[in-house]
Amino acid sequence: MTAPTESILEVRDLVKHFPLNYGVVFKRQVGAIKAVDGVSFDLRRGETLGVVGESGCGKSTLAKLLMALERPTSGSVRINGRDITTARGAELKRMRRNIQMVMQDPYTSLNPRMTVGDIVGEPFEIHSDVAPKGGRRQRVQELLEVVGLNPDHINRYPHQFSGGQRQRIGIARGLALQPEIIICDEPVSALDVSIQAQVMNLLERLQNEFNLAYIFIAHDLSVVRHISDRIAVMYLGKIVELGNDTEIYDNPTHPYTQALLSAVPVPDPEGRETRQRIILQGDPPSPANPPSGCHFRTRCWKAQDVCAEQEPALEVRPGSAHPSACHFAEVRDVVNAE
Amino acid sequence: MSNATVAESAKDKDARPEKARRPASLWSDAWHDLRRNKVFILGSILVLILLLMAAFPSLFSSVNAYDPSTCDLSNAREGITSKHWFGTDNLGCDTYSRVIYGARVSVIVGIATSLISAVVGGGLGLLAGYYSRWVDVLLSRLAEIFFAIPSVLGALLFLSAIGRENAGAFTVVLSLAVLAWPLILRIMRAAVISAKNQDYVTAARALGAGPGRIMLRHIMPNAIAPVIVTATLNLGVFIAAEAGLSFLGVGVQPPTISWGLMIGDARRRFLEAPEPLIFPAIFLSITVLAFVMLGDAVRDALDPKLR
Amino acid sequence: MKNPSVDTHLLPAERAGDEPLLAVDNLHVEFQTRQGVVRAVNGVSYSVDAGETLAVLGESGSGKSVTAQAIMGILDMPPARIPKGEVRFHGTDLLTMPDDARGQIRGRRIAMIFQDALSALNPVFTVGWQIGEMFRVHQGMSKRDARRKAVELMDRVRIPGAKSRVDDFPHQFSGGMRQRIMIAMAIALDPEILIADEPTTALDVTVQAQIMGLLAELQQESDMGLILITHDLGVVADVADKIAVMYGGRIVENASVFDGYRAPAHPYTKGLLESIPRVDLKGQELYAIKGMPPNLLDMPTGCAFHPRCPYRKENCVTDAPPLYTVSDTRGSACHYWREVLDDGSN
Repeated sequence: MTAPTESILEVRDLVKHFPLNYGVVFKRQVGAIKAVDGVSFDLRRGETLGVVGESGCGKSTLAKLLMALERPTSGSVRINGRDITTARGAELKRMRRNIQMVMQDPYTSLNPRMTVGDIVGEPFEIHSDVAPKGGRRQRVQELLEVVGLNPDHINRYPHQFSGGQRQRIGIARGLALQPEIIICDEPVSALDVSIQAQVMNLLERLQNEFNLAYIFIAHDLSVVRHISDRIAVMYLGKIVELGNDTEIYDNPTHPYTQALLSAVPVPDPEGRETRQRIILQGDPPSPANPPSGCHFRTRCWKAQDVCAEQEPALEVRPGSAHPSACHFAEVRDVVNAE
Repeated sequence: MSNATVAESAKDKDARPEKARRPASLWSDAWHDLRRNKVFILGSILVLILLLMAAFPSLFSSVNAYDPSTCDLSNAREGITSKHWFGTDNLGCDTYSRVIYGARVSVIVGIATSLISAVVGGGLGLLAGYYSRWVDVLLSRLAEIFFAIPSVLGALLFLSAIGRENAGAFTVVLSLAVLAWPLILRIMRAAVISAKNQDYVTAARALGAGPGRIMLRHIMPNAIAPVIVTATLNLGVFIAAEAGLSFLGVGVQPPTISWGLMIGDARRRFLEAPEPLIFPAIFLSITVLAFVMLGDAVRDALDPKLR
Repeated sequence: MKNPSVDTHLLPAERAGDEPLLAVDNLHVEFQTRQGVVRAVNGVSYSVDAGETLAVLGESGSGKSVTAQAIMGILDMPPARIPKGEVRFHGTDLLTMPDDARGQIRGRRIAMIFQDALSALNPVFTVGWQIGEMFRVHQGMSKRDARRKAVELMDRVRIPGAKSRVDDFPHQFSGGMRQRIMIAMAIALDPEILIADEPTTALDVTVQAQIMGLLAELQQESDMGLILITHDLGVVADVADKIAVMYGGRIVENASVFDGYRAPAHPYTKGLLESIPRVDLKGQELYAIKGMPPNLLDMPTGCAFHPRCPYRKENCVTDAPPLYTVSDTRGSACHYWREVLDDGSN
């Protein structure tokens, strides 16, 4: 391992199937929801990996697996070389210091019965050796200051803050243990438009200040592009394309990535009549019963017989430099196409 | 520029005067509501008087009803007089002082039963809701067995089985609590199940919080409200049940003074001397009503749907 | 707040002497709450003509949805109250109309769709029954005919296999399909105005594109006026003819979509547009409007935007700006709209 490309997080063949049970007393498994179905990637120190995909693609389950909030069916999640999926007890607790999360909904992610000081200070109570008891209040106030909140408001309750401020409280809690990795699960999508940019800027500033690595999960592609160094596109539990931001946005090779990018409305009315759109038909299939072969083939305009028979691997395809899980991967610039 | 923008924006927000808002927890918000609720005020005044009566009966009556020498058989079943405001009973004892002294048993039984059933039911409900799987199955089935027994009938059976000589306030509390905790368990379990799926619980787990901390710091404070409401409403129910059991002769036993016993003693000579029956009955009704009013007000204040 | 006369200049149709299809004129809505009176809508005026798409842009609490609910007459009164204003449909004020006459218009000639299609549909009736209800109630159609019409409508909103799905229940459909069912109910009686309140916010982007495409097609087919309420600048740029930007219960800017996006005349609009992440500025800090949306219980004095405004001068703190006429078709509620406009042309 060399310093600049050192992987801090290695995910290998991660699978999570939720069993579908039938019967009340004698449960029989009749199937499984394949929420995450063989996902592998690396995250380097100080890097941001964006994860985009539609609802049901497994991105939130992925976040839970990385946080060891769910046990995977198989596969591994190594943080600094140690597998968090097999860690238990004190070891798991110690590993959690290094990976924290910021959740989507600032209204439900803070305990309404606790003061801001208790919420942000809770990490120190759980990991009592991180900050000495006498210095905790001061540490909490420093954290509030770091995220741009008034440290004097330490005794207030969450409902006395606006959505953007609550999200800052959640970020302060995530920072308390000085983790190297923060999983951001849709951190701005519940916020007002004028507040989103503030929180994005805060996240970027904190990344520079503390050399954090982010997994940035979102459905808003322009937001993901702005903050991410590399981007993984997910569809029905699998990564279908993985590359740096220009590779994904300017040279996408997977039809789903192309459709997703072209579906995003461009905030500029000029030339809207001539803009080319790929409009996908139908909804994503159920992850309980995904199509055979390539999961995307049922909505794909390029689908052929081989797509139903053979599952395409996520690998570098001819004509492009980044991996794509499509038999017919081909560069097509949909964003700049007129 | 970045730091400046963020800091400035924060200051901007925080500098805003928050007029109509009170810097308050949800509990103090509830308290704020309660203080303005007329039903709550009336209910609590009545309850306070009752508690005073139970604790210091001598404040209300110069006659010690537990002192047999105050009874005078020659004055038995006397109507309302200036000396005996509520008349006298079969044995010539002063009904007024006996009604005052009878409050103690009612209050003790009501509060103790409610507390025990809330602690047992609440605690087990917390465990059942949090752990689910076999813990839940075990506790919920156990609760269902008790739940299937009609409560007053069950207490009646239990108390008749242990016999009059062993009966008393303690056995009444025990028999009522044994039958009341399953309801609290169900309420608590449902509240815990909805609270444990909240994001803040996930956040606490992600921080490495253990089950104890998650249950006590995160789930319980957010799930306890319906239990408090039910326990408050139950106070009145248990007081009425105690009176009923004592009336039937299986509850507290003489010489302990209880409204239920007094009503039972006076019922055979009701037409001759109605006062020894009517006054304890009035006190009993007002007491039950006061606790129901209190419970209703607490429910309104804590009900999240009205927030 | 003494400006209602100014912006009526903005309605070309009205200058010519004929009324627009739907005109909201100086509408005020307030709510009685425990904390006091919330003035959610403070003198809003806008208009829509047949075949036209008006996008009402704003954040939560800007009053954009409340205005729409006032047009539909579905506000709960009390706690809501409409102390002032008119909503004219074909020149007749809906607010002073008797209830039964208004009921004839609501749902039939002015229809609305909502963000959350699942809670807007009744879970215990089949979708066919719910779509057919429009015909049974409003047109006294028989059950058989209503069902046939329901299938037709489901075809029209492109629900695959309409015939076999007409007897399914709402929960058996995906989010996008449920939104289509809502649209089918809304267009059942060929309304002249369709109000869409955040119709795609809960949907994925690929499904959002389908729904917006469907709405545009339906609008062309029947020449409906469409009021699109949203906070999504991308969707607006795609479909709107004109925009009305709301902030703190007032319209701060109205313009044609091209003018508004090319050169905004209000600092708030400008800030929103600039805070969109742009490809050529990657790695740099995003422009962010500082501060947070106003508290309706405690509105800033003068211009509601002044605490967050980079163009603020002294009089902004004291004087609420009227909706200044920027051009025949534009208005901006900013004392310094000229400066904003000059800065914006890039």
